[in-house]
Amino acid sequence: MTVTSVRKDPRALTMTITAEFDSPIGPVWQMWENPRLLEKWWGPPTYPATVVDHDLTPGGRVTYFMTGPEGDQPRGWWRVIAVEAPHRLEFEDGFADEAGNPDLEMPTMTTRVTLTEQIDGGTRMAIEATFPSVEAMERLAAMGMEEGIRLAVGQIDDLLRAAA
Amino acid sequence: MEDSAFSAGPSEGDRAKRDGPTQTRTRFGIAEQPGLIYNHMVVDSDQADRVFRALADATRRDIVRRAMRGEHSVSALAGQYPMSFAAVQKHVAVLERAHLVIKQRRGREQLVHGNIDAIRDAQHLLDEFEEVWRSRIDRFGEVLAEVNEGATT
Repeated sequence: MTVTSVRKDPRALTMTITAEFDSPIGPVWQMWENPRLLEKWWGPPTYPATVVDHDLTPGGRVTYFMTGPEGDQPRGWWRVIAVEAPHRLEFEDGFADEAGNPDLEMPTMTTRVTLTEQIDGGTRMAIEATFPSVEAMERLAAMGMEEGIRLAVGQIDDLLRAAA
Repeated sequence: MEDSAFSAGPSEGDRAKRDGPTQTRTRFGIAEQPGLIYNHMVVDSDQADRVFRALADATRRDIVRRAMRGEHSVSALAGQYPMSFAAVQKHVAVLERAHLVIKQRRGREQLVHGNIDAIRDAQHLLDEFEEVWRSRIDRFGEVLAEVNEGATT
C-alpha cells in the first residue's frame, strides 16, 4: 500500500491523503503534467477519463470527460489556481455540461497537491481536498447517485430486453 | 433551471424513515459494484418490484435525474413534459412509493427531491471521497511504476 496516512476533518470538510512512491519527484510530477498519463489514473476502469485541454498554468484549464459503461460521458474541468513544478499544484475541480462548459449550478471542490522529495530518493505526495459546504458534498454525492441510478436503469433495460 | 438544491432539507421524520448508510457509485467510481444503490434500496421483493416498475418509464427516469440534482416543484416538472399536471403528479407518486424521491408540501407547492439517504453525513461523505482517492492513488502508483520501468529499460 502506498497510502501512508488519511486525515479527515468533517468540520473543515477536508480530507488529506498522503502516499509515498519509490520514484524520483520528476516522474511523479509527470503523472499530473502529462495529460496522457493523467488520464490513465484519474478515472476508474469503468469510467476511463479522456483529457481534452490541459493547461497547467495559473488560471489555466484542464477539461476532461469520462466514458461510462452505458456510453454516458460525464464531463469535468479544473481551474488551475497555483502551480510550482514539480512541487505544488492547486486547482478547483467542477462539473461541466455536455458542451464542456462549467456547470455553474454544481458545486466545486478544491484540491491541493504537494510533492516532497524524501531522503531515500522517493517522493511523498499529499492531496488535500476541501469542499465548500456540506450541501456541496451532498450534491456531489447526489450526482454519484444519479449515475448509480443510470447504471441500475441500464441493467433493468437489459433485463427487460432479455425477458422479451 | 434548477432550484437551489436541498435549501430546505427533508424533515426529521423523513430522515428517520431512511435506512442505513447507502454506498453509492459516483462519477469517481467509488463503489465498483454497479447497481449497489439499487440493491440497498431493495429491502424486500415488493420494494424491488416498485423500483423496477418506477424506473421502467422514461419520463420517471428523467424526473429522478432532475430530482437528484435539485429540488423541483411538481408544477415546474409538469412544464418539462408534454403531458398533463395530473399525469406528472402520478409519475411522481409512483417514484415516491418506490422511495426514489421525497415529496414535501411547502405552502401551495409540492416539492420533489431525490432521496439521497444516509449520504447526508459529512463524515460518511469524506469516507467515500477517501475511497475515490485511494483507488486513484493505487492506479497512480501502477502507472508511475510502468513509467519508471520504461525509463530504465
